[in-house]
Amino acid sequence: MAQTPAFIFNVPETPEDQGQEPSPYDESEVHHSFHQLIQEQSQWAAEEGLELQQRVPEADTLGASGSGHQAFLGPEGVPDYSTATLRILASMPSRTIGRSRGAILSQYYNRTVRLRRRSSRPQLRGVGRSARPSLRLYDLELDPMAFQEEEKRILLVKELQGLTVAQRDHMLRGMPLSLAEKRSLREDSWIQKGKQRGPQGRRGLFSCCSRLRYACVLALHNLGLVLLSGLQALTPWRYALKQIGGQFGSSVLSYFLFLKTLLAFNALLLLPLLAFIVGVQAAFPPAPSGSVPAFTGLELLTGGGSFSHSAMYYGYYSNATLNQPCSPPRDGGQCTPDAGGLPYNMPLAYLFTMGVAFFITCITLVYSMSHSFGESYRVGSTSGVHAITVFCSWDYKVTQKWPSRLQQDNIRTQLKELLAEWQLQQGPQSVWGRLRQVAVLGLVWLLCLGTTLGCTMAVYAFSELMIKSPVSAEREWELLALPLVVCLLNLGAPYLYRCLAALERHDSPMLEVYVAICRNLILKMVILAILCYHWLGRRVGALKDQCWENFVGQELYRLMVMDFIFMLLDTLFGELVWRLISERKLKRKGKPEFDIARNVLELIYGQTLTWLGVLFAPLLPAMQIVKLLFLFYVKKTSLVANCRAPRRPWLASHMSTVFISLLCFPSFLGAAIFLCYAIWQVKPSSICGPFRTLNTMYEAGKVWVRHLEKAGPKVSWLPWIHRYLVENTFPIYLVSAVLLAVIYLNIQVVKGQRKVICLLREQISNEGEDKIFLINKLHSVYERKERSRVGRAHEAETPPTLLADEQDAR
Amino acid sequence: MGNKQTVFTQEQLEAYQDCTFFTRKEIMRLFYRYQDLAPQLVPLDYTSCPNVKVPYELIGSMPELKDNPFRQRIVQVFSEDGDGHMTLDNFLDMFSVMSEMAPRDLKAYYAFKIYDFNDDNYICAWDLEQTVTRLTRGELSAEEVSLVCEKVLDEADGDHDGRLTLEDFQNMILRAPDFLSTFHIRI
Repeated sequence: MAQTPAFIFNVPETPEDQGQEPSPYDESEVHHSFHQLIQEQSQWAAEEGLELQQRVPEADTLGASGSGHQAFLGPEGVPDYSTATLRILASMPSRTIGRSRGAILSQYYNRTVRLRRRSSRPQLRGVGRSARPSLRLYDLELDPMAFQEEEKRILLVKELQGLTVAQRDHMLRGMPLSLAEKRSLREDSWIQKGKQRGPQGRRGLFSCCSRLRYACVLALHNLGLVLLSGLQALTPWRYALKQIGGQFGSSVLSYFLFLKTLLAFNALLLLPLLAFIVGVQAAFPPAPSGSVPAFTGLELLTGGGSFSHSAMYYGYYSNATLNQPCSPPRDGGQCTPDAGGLPYNMPLAYLFTMGVAFFITCITLVYSMSHSFGESYRVGSTSGVHAITVFCSWDYKVTQKWPSRLQQDNIRTQLKELLAEWQLQQGPQSVWGRLRQVAVLGLVWLLCLGTTLGCTMAVYAFSELMIKSPVSAEREWELLALPLVVCLLNLGAPYLYRCLAALERHDSPMLEVYVAICRNLILKMVILAILCYHWLGRRVGALKDQCWENFVGQELYRLMVMDFIFMLLDTLFGELVWRLISERKLKRKGKPEFDIARNVLELIYGQTLTWLGVLFAPLLPAMQIVKLLFLFYVKKTSLVANCRAPRRPWLASHMSTVFISLLCFPSFLGAAIFLCYAIWQVKPSSICGPFRTLNTMYEAGKVWVRHLEKAGPKVSWLPWIHRYLVENTFPIYLVSAVLLAVIYLNIQVVKGQRKVICLLREQISNEGEDKIFLINKLHSVYERKERSRVGRAHEAETPPTLLADEQDAR
Repeated sequence: MGNKQTVFTQEQLEAYQDCTFFTRKEIMRLFYRYQDLAPQLVPLDYTSCPNVKVPYELIGSMPELKDNPFRQRIVQVFSEDGDGHMTLDNFLDMFSVMSEMAPRDLKAYYAFKIYDFNDDNYICAWDLEQTVTRLTRGELSAEEVSLVCEKVLDEADGDHDGRLTLEDFQNMILRAPDFLSTFHIRI
């Protein structure tokens, strides 16, 4: 909204110009702390005339960009500007306003004003020109009345007072000023606030309300701070994470941070389950049906035996309303409700709590995924890979000597590779080379998919075998056979993939990693899909008169335990033993690399198992939490003792986006589909669990709605919602259509933004050329002036000498 | 949760809390770290705002900064007079900006100042050469270093004047989502 300043190019002809000491840095507004250094630099720069160093156009391809830099080249090929030009250049807006304190103050003044305008203040655009400049022009930097720094500060303080406490703090924290200045700004805006409130104190009720509101806001602010510090105290492992980050860098740290995130998700899932299902049922335990077998150690592995009749599994939960306040009537009359009882409909509670817990998890996952994606994706980001490597690849968290040197080696290797790649791209690649590359790629993919298919068939065949030969009660350890086979396949196939991947050569190392993750993920998800079919499709039929839900819950328990054991074994053999072997036998100093992709996929697999099993074993998240806690310490110890950081530097933020997306899409989505199918389509067993009398689990909700319909007109809106919005398919179509429209609009907006970015980039480039052109013109004007001045001075000198010569001649 | 500390007044602590990204507890922890660097120099009572500066040699020997090739620049940028000697305010400011809660713009501003070795508000080719040399411990040849600097200027310089302004730098940082996680010191 600022007016363009009137630009009058005034070329002064006063002789004082030449008398002043040349100093392009002669500005009082330059940051005071570097004054000494700048004085030295200015003398150096004035001597060499290096004010604006052109990129010397090269004779080869790089220089033929056609930008046509017309530089006034001095004798050494470097632009040689006069001192007057240098002085004018020194007072260019981009230099003085540069990053001095005054500029920062005015910039933040503008931001504060914009923030205040957004928060329900009257529009000031209609205010006439005679009003204060701070209201009229929101851009102090281009104001023709150049404000002094002190005035800018006063304006900023006044604006800060208009903000709320939270906004002011947010603004102060983000300012690039020193802490002492921020504190004085804060103090000033605080004091003024106090002064303003002073005279209002005599207005009675009005001031009382505003003071009360202010006090409430302050109390809330302090409460928020206390909660935040409490939460931060609760976050465990702060020192351990610091140690890991310091020794191994951000990429290995991202694995441990992901583990912490998974812990949070499991805790979020467990809380409603504990509160509404397990806790309530434990308070009203059902009558024990049959004899409970004694505890033997095998239960910890198989999950059966004495565990089957505990709160661990689905079968424990009753299908009636608990705590029914109804004493049995003596003469067959109505139930008289006892005092102090709250009926608790267990089937309904089970269904709703599961649904709500999953819904909350879904919302949290989608939110954190979109937040992470928003941080790591940029519209129109072209490859600025060299600049990013130079400026953003040094990890400041690394704090020890050897890891620091390792990081320097990594960056050096990366830069060398980038240069080599660039030089390679200069030369053309043969068609045969590319064809061969594609053929090898296709072959390796075919082999990997074939291996996956083979593993899947093996699991299917083994599961059919397990159905055909049922396991008797004495040989429960045979139940461990299927989980063992699955875990062995999950362990062996990735090593095979790694061997096959050694055959192909990728252009970028990141692509290699993504392809490896993809293949491993396909394997794990397909095996889990086969197992789901086995449970819901075949086991339900095979276990007709038994509690099949308990069986499925136990299967998932066994899978989790086996997975944990195999992870420990893998850590032991893959890391510890490998390091010992490579040190003793092979006499190499190299420790094994910490394989981030494989470890993260293991975590995602474990979490998928938890989500699959939570419907049939509500305490499974608790087990997962214990497992994750244990895993953290084991992995950390193994890492510190046996491993080194990966050679390839990882883009840590991309990785965490990828991890969370993988957690959401194949993992959580698959579990949600499994859950929906189990609730909607499968008939629950008739002898155990909260849904034993119903056709599907979902019917519990329908039964309740019908019960509500009979209850009377006061709650008729709920059945109405159920009939017209949930059972009817039209609202679902409507919502999907709206969602698709929103997605399409967002895609169009992104396309438009990309175009705008291209245009703006061109504009910046053009402005740069204009600037150079104008500087050269300025320089030529001053050169001419200089020459004419020298010429005049020379003429003025010659008459006396001529006279002297004439006198001598006479 | 009681206010048992006697180092700062209540107002001072609140001011620190409002102006940095740290909570009360973290500020006290940082103070004790600062005090540990020079126990004879730093008093245990800051209520009277003493003017105490810890010399650069002690700050540069902190484990978090000891092995960082840019530690001299970092400390210079945040110190009061640009000479590397830091007051408590400077110390808190430095770790607040380098903490994980600082926004991207603020970090980009200070990163620009750190990489601007000759303090002329531009990152010119000489600054880039210094940065690359320190990043690689001097093990790239001069030709490779200049080639890298050239490519960086190609990619990031918007108006093609041979050096990067703060806006160019911020624009480039926006394309690098890792910046927030790498420009981060845990304390």
